Amino acid sequence: MTYTQLAVVSVLVVVAADLWLLRTRMVTRAVFWTSYAIVVFFQLITNGMFTGFGVVRYDGAAILGETSPEVGPPPFIGEWRIAFAPVEDLMFGFALILLTIALWVFWGRRGVQRTPVAGPPIWRRRSGTTARSVTTTRPSPATRPDDAP
Amino acid sequence: MMSGVGQYSYVAILVFVMAGCLWLEVVLRTRVFRRWLRLILAIAPALILFAIWDVYAIAQGHWWFDEELILGIHLPGELPLDEVLFFVAIPVASILTLEAVRSVKDHWRVGDEAGEGRR
Repeated sequence: MTYTQLAVVSVLVVVAADLWLLRTRMVTRAVFWTSYAIVVFFQLITNGMFTGFGVVRYDGAAILGETSPEVGPPPFIGEWRIAFAPVEDLMFGFALILLTIALWVFWGRRGVQRTPVAGPPIWRRRSGTTARSVTTTRPSPATRPDDAP
Repeated sequence: MMSGVGQYSYVAILVFVMAGCLWLEVVLRTRVFRRWLRLILAIAPALILFAIWDVYAIAQGHWWFDEELILGIHLPGELPLDEVLFFVAIPVASILTLEAVRSVKDHWRVGDEAGEGRR
């Protein structure tokens, strides 16, 4: 199979796993697409470095565009490349990111280290209603069980 | 094995990725590394599947690496160690980003909240 074929299949397989195998349904959630938007922005930068500096090169027979040149970077955009990298890399990255996040949420749903939950950011005060509020839920010394003789 | 600073090019890009996301653990209190077992269980299957893909793609000649720009340490299947580090760094960055978003957007459902997933 070519990289193009594998990339398309990987996206379909991982989306299917997210919806029906892991049942995490990340592709239906705003939190996933917001996270993906942030990650893909940085992915374009790092992909650009990997392919622009020639750390990795691609065979034109395996991708939609041309083979990476021996000397110098491939097109920055166009000929099926985005930020020097083949469009297939975006599908590869999407599959890797979605699978990882779906597995993370899957294990949380199964009760594996569901806590401590994330947040709040350091600029926000902890809500007094949550169990994590240390100052309001700490028992008095007299009632603390581990003080018993 | 090649020598010179060039061989750290790949790893330097990964350092850039980690520098871009590790601060989230402190500033947005993502608490991902405190949930290290869950982190390992999330990363391992993806690492194995994508490493297999990588070995296949390298064997088929879909892509190849400039030996002067990678560490020069290869695992079975001609898989550069740099690639294995990539399959750790990117998932860690992705999970940190997810937990950072929910840290700010604490009313958004992720699906792993208490009471979910046990049907």
